[in-house]
Amino acid sequence: MQTVVISPSFEAWRKSARSLLARGVPPESLLWCDDPREAPLFGAQQETAADGPVPRVPPAFLDLARTAAAHTAPQRWGVLYQILWRLTRGVQKHLLQMGTDPDVYQARQWCKAVGRDIHKMHAFVRFRQTGVDPATGREQFVAWFEPEHRIVRLATPFFERRFASMDWSILTPSECAHWDGASLVFTEGVDRSAVPDEDALEELWRTYYRSIFNPARVKVRAMQSEMPKKYWKNLPEAPLIAGLISGSQTRVEKMLATEERPAKPAPKNAYLESLARRNAAERGEEPPPREIQKNREQGAT
Amino acid sequence: MELDRKLEILADAAKYDASCASSGAARKDSRGSKGVGSTGAAGICHSYTPDGRCVSLLKVLLTNRCIYDCHYCINRRSSNVERARFTPEEVVRITLDFYKRNYIEGLFLSSGIIRNADHTMERVIEVARQLREDHQFRGYIHLKTIPEASPALIELAGRYADRISLNIELPSQQSLARLAPEKSLDRTQDAMGHIRNKILERRSAKADGPKPPPFATGQSTQMLVGADDSSDALILSRASTLYTGYGLRRVYYSGFSPIPEPSQLLPLTAPPLVREHRLYQADWLLRFYGFRVEEITTQTAPNLDLDLDPKLSWALRNRTAFPVDVNRGSREELLRVPGLGVRNVERILQARRYTRLRLADLLRLRVSMKKALAFLVAADHTPVGLESDTLRLRFLPPPKQLELQFGPPKPVQEDFLSVRSGEL
Repeated sequence: MQTVVISPSFEAWRKSARSLLARGVPPESLLWCDDPREAPLFGAQQETAADGPVPRVPPAFLDLARTAAAHTAPQRWGVLYQILWRLTRGVQKHLLQMGTDPDVYQARQWCKAVGRDIHKMHAFVRFRQTGVDPATGREQFVAWFEPEHRIVRLATPFFERRFASMDWSILTPSECAHWDGASLVFTEGVDRSAVPDEDALEELWRTYYRSIFNPARVKVRAMQSEMPKKYWKNLPEAPLIAGLISGSQTRVEKMLATEERPAKPAPKNAYLESLARRNAAERGEEPPPREIQKNREQGAT
Repeated sequence: MELDRKLEILADAAKYDASCASSGAARKDSRGSKGVGSTGAAGICHSYTPDGRCVSLLKVLLTNRCIYDCHYCINRRSSNVERARFTPEEVVRITLDFYKRNYIEGLFLSSGIIRNADHTMERVIEVARQLREDHQFRGYIHLKTIPEASPALIELAGRYADRISLNIELPSQQSLARLAPEKSLDRTQDAMGHIRNKILERRSAKADGPKPPPFATGQSTQMLVGADDSSDALILSRASTLYTGYGLRRVYYSGFSPIPEPSQLLPLTAPPLVREHRLYQADWLLRFYGFRVEEITTQTAPNLDLDLDPKLSWALRNRTAFPVDVNRGSREELLRVPGLGVRNVERILQARRYTRLRLADLLRLRVSMKKALAFLVAADHTPVGLESDTLRLRFLPPPKQLELQFGPPKPVQEDFLSVRSGEL
């Protein structure tokens, strides 16, 4: 049994995997370790030299491996190597088309979790404006986010495309990303205290959130399945949720108890009159003279 | 009036429009521009409110003044709701401020009808023009248009917008005449036809030929459910006509729910939201599973079964079509098996070229076994009881404890909540 120590990144795994594959080391004789603190004192190896021809794999495998590598499950390196082995040495070229295979299924599950985490980061990052760069005139924004997996590098190119004309930083506990209009730079993770507490716009955003909610249809479970509570602490609108739910019943009862309004007659408006004529013609009726039309509307109540 | 108060009124006025999609736009982004914004194939829901609906776009009306009198609508002229009006500059500023903080994907702008259709349309278009031309905004814009607006204005709206929509509101002219006297089904469908032609013109343009001006990539509409007595069969056949005849991207179904300022013509009720849910499921069957409306609803049962999803209902009515062998059945047959989704069917077709599928394989594909087991054959499974009279009972929600009482049961608090939430 051999222990392979790598840093927890797709690139590090790829380098080691290539070399192991070239030497024909089978997956069952390997233990992967991406935390140097857990590496054994003796017998650990760093794979460096990659000899022999570079193995050919379907492009879909690289996508799968790159995404799954961002997951935090410690077994991912071993499973990915196992798939790589089966694709190349095991001559199971079609392995990736077998979604029912346990290894492929496992890797896909990791990809799904990582994909969801990326999607939620795109959705729930909330920028706060910190100022305007006096030299360039560019607005500056900072956001704090706590992803579940190591997705900062996978998720941030989206923000570059979307907010190219702003300066922004997204800070997370594991890694931070910074954009200044020219390049996307990554630095070490930081503590939450590095982020400003408020943005003046957040009050207006809360007004919107409050007003777009319809108290006559409460579906708390539907909300929570898409916006789990773990994200709430970094969402400026989330503190409103409890109050909106508890107040909804009273608001609906009030609507149901409201006296029904009668229909008001049409105002004098040339456009409305032309519509009434067109509607009557489409129904094959004689257009009603204006006075009768008025009475009918009042009578309709 | 303060901006905050205006937003309160004009967001409240817009929330009855169920449409929220920000997907399907052409790929564009802000790199190399002075503005912000990007769109791609998939949209993003930036938040969710406790009504379970997503917040993707800033959804507001330009004004909630309206000369129309649609009785299901809080903004009709007979309503005493407080009125407000945004200037185009105000909407532009809120959109950009929200967008830069990553609260939204873009703007969904609609308006009450003021003065006439063209005047209203011009004001809505002006907001989109400022965003696109003055601020180089590349985010998502959805504009609500008016069937009676001139074709030239609808074309201009389509040039700035990623999606445009016209609300059909009710599935028959008869219902419209009663509840929305200014509207006409024919005019709405004619305008949809015009939009469809513009979308197709743009899409089918040859790469080397002359290019028509930009136009939205899709159109959608909304139908109210429960405001009139239309059956689900009528609603679905209207939707089907709109999909096949008018190329709509989406039909949204919006359960009519209590509004402030109710009308005498339309007394308020709290309809089961689960009906809306069943309609969406049926809509999916029409678009992605090869079902026809006549199969989903029948002459004797023109409304969908509220207890069971429409595919399961169909399967129970058509048991001779089953069981389907997961290792042999055609794509069309597999798509009709309850519990199998479109993606699962694709994965099954792919995987079975290399292996004989067993139940454990289906479990790994996350197939809904409770439904599927009764209808399909796998290498290690043959269903039993397909002809049984009690098969339907297997899928019903567990019965509540019986109480000794005569006469109709009194509704309890849970019933009310379940009716409102649609959660069974």
